[in-house]
Amino acid sequence: MSLLDQAITAPDEPVSGAPAPQVRRKVRGVRRDMVLNLAGAALAGLSGSWLLGLVAGLAGIVGFLVVAYLLFVVAYAVLVSLTEDRPAVKDAVMTVLMASMAVLAFTALGLVIFFTLAKGWHALIHLNNYTQDLSSTGELAPLTQGGIGHAIVGTLWMIGIAVVFTVPVGLVAAVYLDMTRSRPATTFRTIVEAMSALPSILAGLFVYAAWILTLGFEHSGLAAALALSVMMLPYMIRASDLALRLVPGSLREASAALGAPSWRGEVQVVIPTARSGLATAVILGIARGIGEASPVLLTAGYTKTINADPLHGPMASLPLIALKLVQSGNANYTARAFAAASFLLLLVIVLFVIARKIGGWGPGHLSERGLRRVREASARDAERFARSQAARDVAAFAPAPSGWDATSPPDPSSTKDTR
Amino acid sequence: MTTVTPGFGRTVAHTAPQGSDQRPRRQLVDTKAPAEKAFLGLTRGSALVVLAVIALVGIFLTIKAVPALKVAKFSFLTTQAWQPDIHRFGIAGIMTGTILIALVAVVIAVPVALGLALYITEVAPARIKRTLVSLVDLMAAVPSVVYGLWALLFLQGRVVGVSRWIATWFGWIPLFHVNGADPSNPVQSGTLYSASTFIVGIAVSLMVIPILCSVMRETFSQAPLGEREGAYALGATRWGMIRSVVLPFGKGGIIGGTMLGLGRALGETIVVILIISPVYNANLHILQSGGNSVSGLIANLYSESSAFGTSALMAAGLALFALTLTINFAASAVVARSRSGAESDA
Repeated sequence: MSLLDQAITAPDEPVSGAPAPQVRRKVRGVRRDMVLNLAGAALAGLSGSWLLGLVAGLAGIVGFLVVAYLLFVVAYAVLVSLTEDRPAVKDAVMTVLMASMAVLAFTALGLVIFFTLAKGWHALIHLNNYTQDLSSTGELAPLTQGGIGHAIVGTLWMIGIAVVFTVPVGLVAAVYLDMTRSRPATTFRTIVEAMSALPSILAGLFVYAAWILTLGFEHSGLAAALALSVMMLPYMIRASDLALRLVPGSLREASAALGAPSWRGEVQVVIPTARSGLATAVILGIARGIGEASPVLLTAGYTKTINADPLHGPMASLPLIALKLVQSGNANYTARAFAAASFLLLLVIVLFVIARKIGGWGPGHLSERGLRRVREASARDAERFARSQAARDVAAFAPAPSGWDATSPPDPSSTKDTR
Repeated sequence: MTTVTPGFGRTVAHTAPQGSDQRPRRQLVDTKAPAEKAFLGLTRGSALVVLAVIALVGIFLTIKAVPALKVAKFSFLTTQAWQPDIHRFGIAGIMTGTILIALVAVVIAVPVALGLALYITEVAPARIKRTLVSLVDLMAAVPSVVYGLWALLFLQGRVVGVSRWIATWFGWIPLFHVNGADPSNPVQSGTLYSASTFIVGIAVSLMVIPILCSVMRETFSQAPLGEREGAYALGATRWGMIRSVVLPFGKGGIIGGTMLGLGRALGETIVVILIISPVYNANLHILQSGGNSVSGLIANLYSESSAFGTSALMAAGLALFALTLTINFAASAVVARSRSGAESDA
C-alpha cells in the first residue's frame, strides 16, 4: 500500500454544475453512524455467537466471547463498507482492533484486582488479621482468629532495610550517570538496564549462595533485605536516571554560567529540580520490592510467628505468606492467602497513587509552601539589594547639595520580585 | 559535562610570548577544586559499588556452580533429568520448558501490547491518555504473587475448556498435541489440561504486557510530527498513517520491547511454582499438564537439596543468568539504536 494509492482513491468531486452548498464535514469526535455501526455489529456478534452456541457446543464462556468478538469484527467491517471506501473500512477495523486490545488488557487487570479483593475481603475485615500471627492458629481455625501480622512486620523490616541500602547508593549512582557523558557512564547505563530485568530469583540465589552458604549467616530478615536490595538497585538507578535526564539542560548551563562548579550545579539546581521525579523513582522501587516473593523465598525462611528481630531467625513477608498459604491447599488458609495478597495489592496501589501524584508534577514544580518560600527569599534579596544600593547612593552623593533627596532609600516593596 | 562547564577551578594559562605577533592558542587547563574532586569520587564510588554487586552475582553463582559443572561437564546442557545425587542432571528439559513458557507469554503479549500502545498513542482521546498510561504502569506494579493466585484459582478453570478445544481441533500440530486426549469422551476430566505451560504463559503474558507496551509507546510517540502530517496531507487514513509512519519508526521499539519482555518472562518464578506440575524432561506439548522452568526448579528444590544438589541448582541459575543477560543486552542495544538522535540533551 502506498500513500499515493490512498490519495488517488479519494472520492471525486462533481465537476459540472453549480457548486452545491457545502456542509462542513465533522472530522473529529463521535459521529452518529459510528455509534450505530458499532452497536449493530455488537448485537450481531452476540446474537450470532448465541445462535452458534445453540447449534454447536462452544467451549464455555470464553468460547462464547471469542466467537462473539470475531463475528462482531466481521459485522462491523460489513456495516462500514456499506458507506465507506476500502481505506476507510481498513481504518475502522484496525481502530476497533486496537481499542479491543486495550479493553482486553484493562479487563484482565480489572479482573485480577477485583478477584483478589473479593476473595480477600472475608479475612481482611477482621482486625485480628493485622495484629495476630498464625503460631497458634490451626488450619480449621475461623478467620476471627490469627492473622498475617507477622508478615506485615516482616515486610516492613525487609523493605525498610532495603530502602536504607538502595536509596543512597542508587541516587548517587544516578547522579554519576547524569554528571558525565563519558564512555564508562554509557557502559554503566547499559549494564544497569540489562540488570534491571534480571530474574528476581537470581538475586535471592546470589544472597543464598554468598550470605548464607559461604559466609554462614542464618536465614533472616536481613538476608531477605539484601536480596531485595540487589533486585531493587538497578531499577531505582534507572528510574532516577530518567528523572534527572528530564531536567532541562538550560538550567545546568545557567548554573555553570553563574560560575558554579558542576557539583554545585548538580546539588543545588539539578537535584532539587528533579525532586518529584526522584521521589517517584524511590516509591516505585519500593512498590516493586514489596511484592517480590521469590528473593524472599530463598533467603528469609518462613515462620508462623511474629519475629521483630531482622538479624536472627526466619521471617515471613506478605508475598511469601500468600504463596505458602495457598500452596497448603486448605480453604481457610487460601482465604488468608488472599487477605495477604489483597493487603499487598492495596499497599502497592496506595504507593502507586502517591507516586503518580508526585510524579505528575513536572521537574521544578513547587508546592504552595515552596512557592511561598521562594517568594519570601526573593523579597529578602530585593530588600538586601535595595539596602546596599541605598548605602552606595549615600556614599556617592553624601557631599552633594541637598537638591536631590538621597536620604530616603528607594521603597523596597516597589522592587519586590513577585516572580 | 565536565568538559564544557567552566568551573571555578578552571585556570587559563597565558603562554603568549611578549612582543610576538603570533599568539599561540590559549591553553585551557581544567584543574578541579577539591570539593569537585570529592563529589566526583563519591558518585563514581557508588557506581563502582553497583557494578561490584552485579559482578558478585555472576561470580558467586559461578563459584558455587563449579563443583556440579565439573561432574556433569557437557552433559549438563543435554541431559533431560534432575537427579543430582546420582549425578544425572542437566538443563535440556528444564530450559526447554523455560523458553516455551516465555514464548507462549510473548506470543500472547505482543499483539495485545502493540494494540494497546497504538491505542494509547494514536487513538485515545487526550484527556484519558494519562489515566491509561497510569493503568499500564499499575499493571506492571501488581505483585507477581497476585497474578499467581488469580491464575491458579480464576484463570485455570476457564482456560481448560479452551485448551481442550484447541487440542481437539489442532491436536495434529505437535505443539498442541495432548497425550491421552479423547475428544469423543465428553466427560473426560480437565486435569489433563490443567497445570500446563499454556496457562502459565497466559498469566506471565499479563506481567509482560506493560513492559512491552511502555517501550513501544515511547518509540511510537517519537515518530516525527512532520511525517505524520505529511501522510495525512497525502490523504492517508489514521491507519494508513500508522502503517506508513508510526510502525516503521517504532520498529526498534517493537523488537527491543519484545526481547525485554522475553527476558522478563524467562525469569518468572511465582506463577510457575503455583500452577505448573513440575517435570524434568522436555514437555513440548504446551497444552498438556506438566512443565518446568529454571526459576521454578530453584524455588522448588533449594531447601531439600544436598550440597551437591545445591551446586547443581546454582549451575542452572547461572545458565538462566547468562541467557537473560544476553537477551537483555541485545534488547537494550536495539532500543538504544532506535532511540538515537530522537532526543537531544540540552
